[in-house]
Amino acid sequence: MVLWSLVLLAVLMLVPFVIVAMNAVKSPAEYATGGPIKPPHGIDLHGIVDFWQRVDFGGKLLNSVVISGSVAVLAVVVSVLNAYALGIGRVRGRTWILVVFLVANTVPQEALVYPLYYLANQTGLYDTRLGVILVFTIIQGAFGTYLLSSTFVAFPPELLEAARIDGAGKLQTLLRIVVPVSRPTLGMLMVFFFIWTWNEFFLPLVLLISNENQTVTVALGVLQGQRMMDATMTSASALLGVIPAIAFFLVFQRTLTRGITAGAVK
Amino acid sequence: MTNRNRASYLPFLIPGAVLLVAVIVVPFAMNLGISLTKWSGVGAPEWIGLDNYRRLAADGVFWASFRHNVGIVVAMAVLPTMAGLVIAAALFDFVGRKFGPRAASVLRACIYLPQVLPIAVAGIVWTWILAPDGALNDVLRAVGLGAVAQDWLGDPDLALYTVMGVLLWIQVGYPVVIFVAGMQRVDPALHEAAELDGASWWGRFWHVTVPQIRPEIFVVLLTCTIAALKVFPPIYVLTRGGPGGATNVPSYYSFQNFFERTQVGYGAAIATVLTVLILVLTTVFLRVQNRGERA
Repeated sequence: MVLWSLVLLAVLMLVPFVIVAMNAVKSPAEYATGGPIKPPHGIDLHGIVDFWQRVDFGGKLLNSVVISGSVAVLAVVVSVLNAYALGIGRVRGRTWILVVFLVANTVPQEALVYPLYYLANQTGLYDTRLGVILVFTIIQGAFGTYLLSSTFVAFPPELLEAARIDGAGKLQTLLRIVVPVSRPTLGMLMVFFFIWTWNEFFLPLVLLISNENQTVTVALGVLQGQRMMDATMTSASALLGVIPAIAFFLVFQRTLTRGITAGAVK
Repeated sequence: MTNRNRASYLPFLIPGAVLLVAVIVVPFAMNLGISLTKWSGVGAPEWIGLDNYRRLAADGVFWASFRHNVGIVVAMAVLPTMAGLVIAAALFDFVGRKFGPRAASVLRACIYLPQVLPIAVAGIVWTWILAPDGALNDVLRAVGLGAVAQDWLGDPDLALYTVMGVLLWIQVGYPVVIFVAGMQRVDPALHEAAELDGASWWGRFWHVTVPQIRPEIFVVLLTCTIAALKVFPPIYVLTRGGPGGATNVPSYYSFQNFFERTQVGYGAAIATVLTVLILVLTTVFLRVQNRGERA
């Protein structure tokens, strides 16, 4: 009984995905006669192809990859540098510095959005991918600083000592010892930052106004808001939005589950 | 380590500090300043002191948006935590033991799946399913429940509950994953002892599992409550705060004032109130949690 109710629950969670996939491959005519819940006769990719071309989905994917990829790398770099000074270097006032990063991570984007919009306009970073990359590098980096600092505190001191005796400088020690040893954690953070940035909606919506610069998430949300699409095209757009997310999920499932729990209980 | 030696690590903080100041500290201070002015976004802001906050206190729309947000907190924090506990316990205690860890992890993955979607995409999926001629009403008509069919997102009396349902669907996988991980940490001897004492499944759930994973429950409640206060994307995609403001929340209300009504000062005041609320909640939660751990 318990098993069956859980299976039923799992199926209920998946139903929306199935309905979307089913309707994305119907032709508009078939949709008009059969409605949304009849299984499709065959596979008609017109809706998907139409949608892809109409919104230049390839371009949106590229924007998302460029933005999320750059943020993932840069935010890990910033996190490592900060955590090196705070966790291993134990600079003075580190507790307070950490609190500042933690608060920075908690401040809602609503309280930053207008000044960021204004400043981006002043500096020419408005509606550029670079602007969004810089903003999310520190938003994600603030979390990474917090997480990494607490793991770096426990970094084996004998390794650091050995490097010092070998005459390695601070930067060399960081690059040759600390980074390689903590590679698994850094990889996990990178995956997180990539997916979180991919899913971001609010700030990219405000900062990326033109079609050429928009990410997948923003483009889909805006199109939805305009209510300009017919039913098969809407489900095609939803399917195209779902596919990358599921791909990440399947590829990174283990990292993700490990990471969600690592981030949760600190 | 000597002080001098420690100070030599300071340069490593420079890139992070510069970005932090430029992207978070300065904008946040600007937002505070703007909230004390009347400003349309162009021209010079006019200093009006605390007028925006006085206006907020008397603004019915603002208070209504807060009440809606309480509903959202229920849908994104309270209900998922309760459901998550039961589902996680069933997965861990029952499915995991009787049908093996594989079955449990497949079920867990299915329940978690909506969490990996960008919320904007989840919103598209659901607006379309919940439309008057959408899949849900079609199913209802097909099984002879046509009378129950509704304009789920378009009816002002219903829209908030519909949005809450969608958010519950999105959110529930997160506590499940965290709680299952927490349960793996619990010493099985505690369960065995309780079982020897003749405790029922529910008894063990209440008296062993729940107290043992209290840290996880705290974290889930805190992070989900904060997420519920920053609920902008699903509202933007599902209802745009409508119909007739029935699903407006402070997060969306501030956006409207910033970019639709060009009442930037007023929007900044709403955003500041939201920030204070989130920071206070976080502090209170962390305090309570620390006290719980020491006790």
